[in-house]
Amino acid sequence: MSAAASPRPERAPAHERSQLARPAQEASALGRPGWTVIAGKEFADHLLSARFIVLLVVLALAAVVPLYFASARIRELAEQASGAQAVFLALFTLGSQQVPLLRVDAFVGIVAPLLGIAFAFDAVNGERSEGTLPRLLSQPIHRDDVINGKFAAGLAIISLVLTAIVAIIAGFGLLRLGIVPAGGEVLRIVAWLGLTIVYVALWLAFGLLLSVLLRRAATSALIGFGIWILITIFGGLIVGLVAGLLAPIPSGGGATDILASAQLQQLITRLLPSTLYQEASLVLLDPSITQVSTPSTIGQAIAAQEQIASLLSLDQSLLLVWPHVVALVALTVACFAAAYVAFMRQEVRA
Amino acid sequence: MIAAEAPIVTRGLTKRYEALTAVDQLDLEVQAGEIFGLLGQNGAGKTTTILMLLGLTEPTAGTARVVGLDPARRPLEVKRRVGYLPDAVGFYGNMTGRQNLRYTARLNGLERRDADARIAEALDQVGLADRADSTAETYSRGMLQRLGIADALIKQPSVLILDEPTTAIDPLGVVEILDLLRGLVRDRGMAILLSSHLLSQVQSVCDRVGIFAAGRLIGQGTVEDLATRFGEDTAHVEVGLELDGPAETERAAAVFASLDGVVGVGRPEGPAAGWRLDVRPASAERQVRQAVLAACVANGLTLSTLRASAPSLDEIYRRAVHQARPAAVSAA
Ligand SMILES: Nc1ncnc2c1ncn2[C@@H]1O[C@H](COP(=O)(O)OP(=O)(O)O)[C@@H](O)[C@H]1O
Ligand SMILES: [Mg+2]
Repeated sequence: MSAAASPRPERAPAHERSQLARPAQEASALGRPGWTVIAGKEFADHLLSARFIVLLVVLALAAVVPLYFASARIRELAEQASGAQAVFLALFTLGSQQVPLLRVDAFVGIVAPLLGIAFAFDAVNGERSEGTLPRLLSQPIHRDDVINGKFAAGLAIISLVLTAIVAIIAGFGLLRLGIVPAGGEVLRIVAWLGLTIVYVALWLAFGLLLSVLLRRAATSALIGFGIWILITIFGGLIVGLVAGLLAPIPSGGGATDILASAQLQQLITRLLPSTLYQEASLVLLDPSITQVSTPSTIGQAIAAQEQIASLLSLDQSLLLVWPHVVALVALTVACFAAAYVAFMRQEVRA
Repeated sequence: MIAAEAPIVTRGLTKRYEALTAVDQLDLEVQAGEIFGLLGQNGAGKTTTILMLLGLTEPTAGTARVVGLDPARRPLEVKRRVGYLPDAVGFYGNMTGRQNLRYTARLNGLERRDADARIAEALDQVGLADRADSTAETYSRGMLQRLGIADALIKQPSVLILDEPTTAIDPLGVVEILDLLRGLVRDRGMAILLSSHLLSQVQSVCDRVGIFAAGRLIGQGTVEDLATRFGEDTAHVEVGLELDGPAETERAAAVFASLDGVVGVGRPEGPAAGWRLDVRPASAERQVRQAVLAACVANGLTLSTLRASAPSLDEIYRRAVHQARPAAVSAA
């Protein structure tokens, strides 16, 4: 999938452009574009909402709990290898000895989609059920200002929350463990923050789509959270099942059968946004990782072996995860475009 | 000098939803300084018409011009100048009435100071000033409706379009709201289009009405015009008598039936009710009233009331729909 192939959010498909396009001669006479007014109101609503506090606490816990368990190991690492690279990044990637999954990046990666869904699932159907949509649309704004403004407000709030979480983690490292990040590490953390925002934006766009398509906010919340659980928790299980169905390994099957099944499994896994995010996240936070996932050809395995000793620079890491980032952005754009088009075609009254 | 175009004009305005024609070839004109009532039952196509006037839905055919502009092509300009009260209007429950109006003001690009003055004025006009700082979730349906009217007034529109403005408002409130609308037309020369399915409720406030049934406008004009057109040329006279005993009642009925121009005698339907005389032709109504007075005197009947009863819009509506039906069926 490439970014160029996915529809642009500002444009409707040609066949319905006559209905959707904003008349060119009509400039908004507002001091500022309508979507900024809507985004401002929505952002203020989010900030004052209970869900903002709850999510901030949940995410902070998702970061602090693994940090607490890993802090002893991180301190040890910092002492024995003063001057070693990437000690600060260990804050994000080092798990506890007993439970390897108990690491900040994994935890945050699992919980973060909640943010996206929570700030979007009732964006449009909420307005419908409150009866505010016709009133809103009868103000001198374009119809797409509503959906653009809501998406912008959601992006702003998830960026705010995620930045706060990263600040908490970094603060913990600086103040409690006394480790200071090197310049390169700061850049890696910023890149990881950017990646995480893109990933959560995907869920935000998905939540927005649900809020346009489904009439009841309760239904869209249920479906949104259901899919989140399905993908993040049972994702691996489902992929295994599907691969098993499509390419079953015959009893007594040889190495080629097993390899074929594994390759298929990996391909399907790659279709999951959670996998895309996890792989990219690992590479960005750990300069010693030189390949995105298990090698699937002999050539890749050899190439990987040759590089094993060296650490990657940030731009090498970025190059490695670029396809992942592009795919995540494309998925986000596709979700938003679907929500946009559906919203523009809907009747004003429900 | 060419006369200014009416604030609302439609020509052949049509909206089809698949097989259903919600609005069929609508020709309508609403002048500045008048209240026009778009009247019809649920599903008649009133809301659909209004949405087309605001550019919120596209006409299938025909054109509309609102404040001189085509709402399908210049929706922003139209929406800047037209105040709209949607059917079953809603507000953000977590915000106060005043905050809700402030949001509307911001969407209209108003400065904060300007906005606050207008908001205070509008809240005062609809009688919500003392509840303006409670959250909207504590408002009753009727209060939301009033807030909706205030909301429509914030942009100081020259045209006001109100979809079912009196539904959910108590009878006293209806009188207040209708007075407010009258005042707006009188003081600001606004054009007001309101829709309602409660015909008799808004009958008194409308300068002209359009009768809408199954997407077609089957008659428009003043209530009196329509009464003449659809009333089968019948007028009604209400008579109150003080009678004792059934014999008196029979005598009175015979006296009324013998009068020239009286084609039907409706007896009182309860002890407090009056007689209702059907008069044809409608123009004979004044003579009939004089004749009733004379006959009562001559026959020793004690008169308590005597008046012409206003044509009921409900009645007109029933007849209009009835008359239009054969045409609609043959056209379909
Ligand atoms: N989006 C829609 N799709 C199909 N039919 C619709 C739609 N909206 C309204 N209608 C139909 O159009 C007709 C007119 O509806 P409406 O304008 O709401 O009537 P009113 O406001 O006079 O009660 C109704 O029969 C209604 O069912
Ligand atoms: Mg309606």
